[in-house]
Order: sequence, then structure tokens, then C-alpha cells
Amino acid sequence: MIDIEGLTKKFGPIAAVAGIDLKVSKGEVLGFLGPNGAGKSTTMKMVTGYLAPDAGRVRVCGFDVELDPISAQRTIGYLPEGAPAYADMTPRQFLGFIAHVRGFTGKEAKARIHAVVGKTELELVLDQPIDTLSKGFKRRVGLAQAILHDPPVLIMDEPTDGLDPNQKYAVRALLKAMAPDKAIIISTHLLEEVEAICTRAVIIDRGRVVADGTPSQLLARSRHHNAVTLILPANQAEMAKNKLKNLSDVSAVEQSARINGTVELTAFPKSGALLIENVSALALAEKWDVREMYAEPGRLDEVFRAITTHDATRARESRS
Amino acid sequence: MKSVWPIFAREFASYFATPLAYVFIVIFLFAMGAFTFYIGHFYENGVADLSVFFAYHPWLYLFLVSAISMRLWAEERRTGTMELLLTLPVPLWATVLGKYLAAWAFTGIALALTFPIWITVNYLGHPDNGVILASYFGSFLMAGGYLAIGACISAATSNQVIAFVVSVVVCFLFTISGAPLVLDVFRAWAPLVLVNAVSSFSFLTHFAAISTGVIDLRDLIFFVSLIALFLTANVVLVDLKKTG
Repeated sequence: MIDIEGLTKKFGPIAAVAGIDLKVSKGEVLGFLGPNGAGKSTTMKMVTGYLAPDAGRVRVCGFDVELDPISAQRTIGYLPEGAPAYADMTPRQFLGFIAHVRGFTGKEAKARIHAVVGKTELELVLDQPIDTLSKGFKRRVGLAQAILHDPPVLIMDEPTDGLDPNQKYAVRALLKAMAPDKAIIISTHLLEEVEAICTRAVIIDRGRVVADGTPSQLLARSRHHNAVTLILPANQAEMAKNKLKNLSDVSAVEQSARINGTVELTAFPKSGALLIENVSALALAEKWDVREMYAEPGRLDEVFRAITTHDATRARESRS
Repeated sequence: MKSVWPIFAREFASYFATPLAYVFIVIFLFAMGAFTFYIGHFYENGVADLSVFFAYHPWLYLFLVSAISMRLWAEERRTGTMELLLTLPVPLWATVLGKYLAAWAFTGIALALTFPIWITVNYLGHPDNGVILASYFGSFLMAGGYLAIGACISAATSNQVIAFVVSVVVCFLFTISGAPLVLDVFRAWAPLVLVNAVSSFSFLTHFAAISTGVIDLRDLIFFVSLIALFLTANVVLVDLKKTG
């Protein structure tokens, strides 16, 4: 449903987006990750027709965004960065305006507004100026605006930014429920969000796609993928560490002290091997006094840090 | 045309959602009255017509209409609603036209609310109401001209103060383009045709012509084509920002 080919955008000498190719089909929730300034928002702005690309093209539901923006925009629900809305309007007036622009009038407009207000839980603030609403409510007004026409394509720039954990949960549930018959792109800084709702994660850095896969595929790239952590009394630590190192699939063991006289040992596997069985068998055989033991699926933040560049590095490079 | 209406309706309502509309209308009416009665000496003239009233319109519009137009696009850009507005399925020309017409309609309401002075002059004497009607029409048209210029300038910046100051200056040049201050700049080097062309841009001349009660097609075409020109420039300016 979303087809991006060779998308490029330069701001002055800096290429914000440097040749992105992506295809998103129905049922996919694509999590768009990347450090600040990686080109996430710029890409979204081009997909929705707000910015014109320097090269490449975007088709949404078969419509070329540059050649036929109106048809493309009809199929898109867009939550821009920061969820902008007219501050002096109330959510009721604002959603009324959106419905009007989207071509809904009378009963249908009312029904649609009623439906999205329910979905985004805006009932309590419907007649307060948007200006006076909390960040969470403002964000939800933006969400309501984006889903009002039940679009086949949703583009959302940080949909849960500024929401509290309950609201985040509600918004994620909402997106999940809509996901099967839509193509959704969300950008986020919250790696937990990717694990929670995305069927696919794309990491971009300096305007390029540097990773593209399911969240579990990305997790598999983490050093912690299938690593096993044990918590043991301090006096057993040294011995356990040596025994663990001798296991055939273990590449390294790391130790960190804890405050209450226990020690945390983490055994890292060689090339993603499953360790948990061998480690637990060893612990049993050696009769270690194991307080806790768990295997890790991997850490997204680790993958993220490994494949994206640091702010400082980027600043250095752009200077030179 | 169907897509112009929602844009127009929202923009028009937004004036009345804040004190802006009321403050503007009060100041507009107060200024109109002050100029007519104290500076124009409406009573002392002893003539039952509204020429002194209309004579100050160009000068008041210079500031008051620029105050209306400065926020038209600059504010959308600053608050980020521009992104929302331009990603809605509305053609750009319709967005530009809808916002412009809303501002023009609002100015029209402010102008219409000066009707007590028309009642006053009818009470005091027997003015030529045809001339007054033509003058109102001319004034409205002229306000539209100032607005189109201001809207176009507002589209070029996200700073309302810059939009205001530049609009006032550009509108001022258009107002007095028949005066030596502007013409002398061109006389030194430009061919006579150009000097005449520049001088024909004068709002004062065209407005004065309509105020005599004769609505000449040339004056009408002048204002209408000026509005069209600046609105087209407005569309182009907004579109240019898309390419970054």
C-alpha cells in the first residue's frame, strides 16, 4: 500500500534522506526508528505530500504523491510531529472541521466524530479549547483527527509521545486493533513500543535504512540475545564464572556486583546458541545456590546503539 | 469550489474564537470615527457627503488590514498546523482562496459596521447615496487588494512581526505609487511607459475614481487582477516551501 522508491531530500548540503526504499503492505505496522535527525520525520513529510522529494517517488494506495497528491492524501491519516491542532478551537470544532474537509456532512460527520471520540477517550474535554488541554489529550486529538476517515494508510510521527503509561497502553491497543486492515507507519523513540505493536522495525540513520526486519530478527542481532543471567551469592561467583566459561557454547561471562552480597553473572552465547538448558543443568549439577536465573530475548537499545551513529560523531563528521 | 468552503468556514470562525475580532472591530470603528470627525472635520465642513470618511480608508487599511493578514500564514507555519492543513486532501489554491476570502469577509463585516455614519449623514442632509454605495464598494475592493498583498507576504515568513512590517511598507508603496516619492526612483532611468505603469498601480488614484460614484471597468479590473496576481504568488510561495 505504501511504496517508497529512492526517496531523497537535501536541506542545503545535508542529505536528510539519502535514498530510502520501503514497501509497506496491508496488515503491517512498521516501526520507524532512528536517532534524532536521522530523517524519520522528513521521510514521513514526503510520504504525506507536505515536502516534495528531490529524487525518488512515493506511491500510496497506487497514487503518486507528487502527481496526484489529493487522491493520495484521501487515503492517508497523518499525525504530524508534535500533533499540531488549532489551539483556539475545541476538539469538537476541530474534528468537525476535519470531517468537513474530508467530505463528511450531517449525520455521517456526527457519527464519525462520535466514533473517534470514543476510541480516543476525548469525551471529557470535547468542549474545552485545545490550548488548555494536557499534552496527552492534545496528542489524542491529533490521533482522532488522523483516524476520523478510517484511512487505509496511517502515518504517525511519535503517536505516544507525552502520554502516560495507561494512555500509551490504550493507544497501542487502538493501533493494534486497526492494524489488520491498514498499513501503518509509526515513528518512535520508545524501543518497547516496537516490541509491543510493530510487526516490522526499520532503523534509519543519516537518511539511510540500516536495519529492516521483524523485532525478533533485530533482537537476534543483540549481544544479549539468548544470554543467561544468574544471581548467586558472592562467595560462589568466582567458581561459577570459571565453570560457565568452560561450557562449549559460552563466548564470554560478565560479572557485576550487587548491593546485597549477591553477584550477577551473565553468560553470552556463541552465535546465538541457546544456553539456558546447559546453564541450568550445570547449576543443578554443581548445586549452586541460584537466587534468580533468566534468559534474555535480546536488547533492542543495544542493537540500536550498535548500528546508529552517536550525535557527537555525526557533528564531527559534518564539520570535517 | 466545494473544497474552499470548509477552509473558509474554519478561518472565519477563528477570528471570533478569540478576542481578535472584537478588538479589531472596535479599534477599526474608533479609528474611522476619529479620523472622520476630528481630523477630517466632518461637521465643520457642512457638506452632506462621506468623502472625508472615505478619504482616510487607504491609510487606515495600511495598518489595520496588515494586522489581519500578518497572521494568515505566518501563524500556521509557526504553530505547525501548516503541516496538518497542507496534508489534508484540499488543493493548494482552494486553501489559499479559502483563507483569503475569510479574511476579506471579516474586513467586510468591520467595514459594514460603519453604517451609523451613513445614517448620520442621511439624517443631517441629503447625500448622494449612490456615491456612498460606490465608495463602500471601492473601499471593500481596496481592502481586498491590501489583504492579498499581506497574505502573500505572510506566506513567506513564520514571523508575524516581519509579515506586518513588510506588508505595511509594500502596501504603502502601492498606495502612493502615483506620488513623486515612488515615481522619482523610476523617472531617472526607466522609460516613460514603465513610469506610467508604476503610477497606475496607485490605490489612491483607483479608489478616488470609484469614490466619485463612477465604477469604471478599468478600476475594477485593476483591483481584481491585483488580487489574483498576489493570490497566485501566495500559492507559489507556499508551494516553494515544499521543496525546502
